[in-house]
Amino acid sequence: MSKVLVVTSGKGGVGKTTSTAALGAALAQLGKTVVVVDFDVGLRNLDLVMGAERRVVFDLINVIQGDAKLPQALIRDKRIEGLSLLPASQTRDKDALSAEGVARVIAELREKFDWVICDSPAGIEKGATLAMHHADAAVVVTNPEVSSVRDSDRIIGMLDSKTAKAERGERIEKHLLLTRYDAARAARGEMLKVEDVLEILSIPLLGIIPESEEVLRASNVGSPVTLNAPQSNPGRAYFDAAKRLNGETVAMATPGEKRGLLGKLFGRRVA
Amino acid sequence: MSLFNWFRPRPTAPAARERLQILLAHERAVGGGSDLIATLKEEILAVIAKHFPLERDKVTVKLDRGDAFSTLEIDIEVPTMNRGQGATRMALRG
Repeated sequence: MSKVLVVTSGKGGVGKTTSTAALGAALAQLGKTVVVVDFDVGLRNLDLVMGAERRVVFDLINVIQGDAKLPQALIRDKRIEGLSLLPASQTRDKDALSAEGVARVIAELREKFDWVICDSPAGIEKGATLAMHHADAAVVVTNPEVSSVRDSDRIIGMLDSKTAKAERGERIEKHLLLTRYDAARAARGEMLKVEDVLEILSIPLLGIIPESEEVLRASNVGSPVTLNAPQSNPGRAYFDAAKRLNGETVAMATPGEKRGLLGKLFGRRVA
Repeated sequence: MSLFNWFRPRPTAPAARERLQILLAHERAVGGGSDLIATLKEEILAVIAKHFPLERDKVTVKLDRGDAFSTLEIDIEVPTMNRGQGATRMALRG
């Protein structure tokens, strides 16, 4: 059975694209067929994070407007079997997205893939509402920081009112993905704790992705962190999240800080 | 306890948590928050414009959220009838 997942947040820069790429690559490595769809028309970046920026010929807007067939626009990942990318247009704006066009493309993707993962643009405007509209489930990417939590709360409200599922009176599945988490800072009371964010947003937790140098390292080379560094802390955390999306029960490990003797002595990280 | 505890700044996460809880309680209550204020502003503009020529940015509507009660502040700047004498402000708090 095919599932449409939107990766959304309201606020920009919290890790939607990174998370889309990492979850997509993890699900494909777990044997699923996956397409990651970039909805950020005009500011596409999923192609770059996936390392496919030089292979884009046709895009989502071309398919919506009938200038290209869906198979022509889909870019197959050369490294992971079963993973494809549908890029956004870089030259058009969000007005080129039509509700009917998006509905048609999503329906066609549902037939081809186990997972259709939509990378939402930031904001609460048309691009974001269209990205979430057909979703069966949502991953709300949140940083442990006040503005991100507030925007996530707003997006959760929209998921409950503006999606096709909500309009039919059904409930959309919502998952919290806490990114850029620093367990040591949270323990020192410098950062909102996982429990704080969960209590405020009150949606189930999908995963905790630790702040890590590996994330930038992976995007530098155009490789999802679950492919580039699957054994790293963020790599493992994204794999666990992907398994939970697949319905597996995986114990939630708070990504710990490995502290050396000096770190323990001084109670802070010695970088 | 660490040697450096004395030099550490006070934890700020509890403040973040408390501010968010208060803010979101209100934002959820008004259902999107800013929409209410925008609607109110439009309706006030429409009423005043029947009687005065009015510029859009001369009307401000503010909702201050407090613990016990909230304050709605409406500030309207209308041009005076005598030309060249500046503007009259009508402020309403309730």
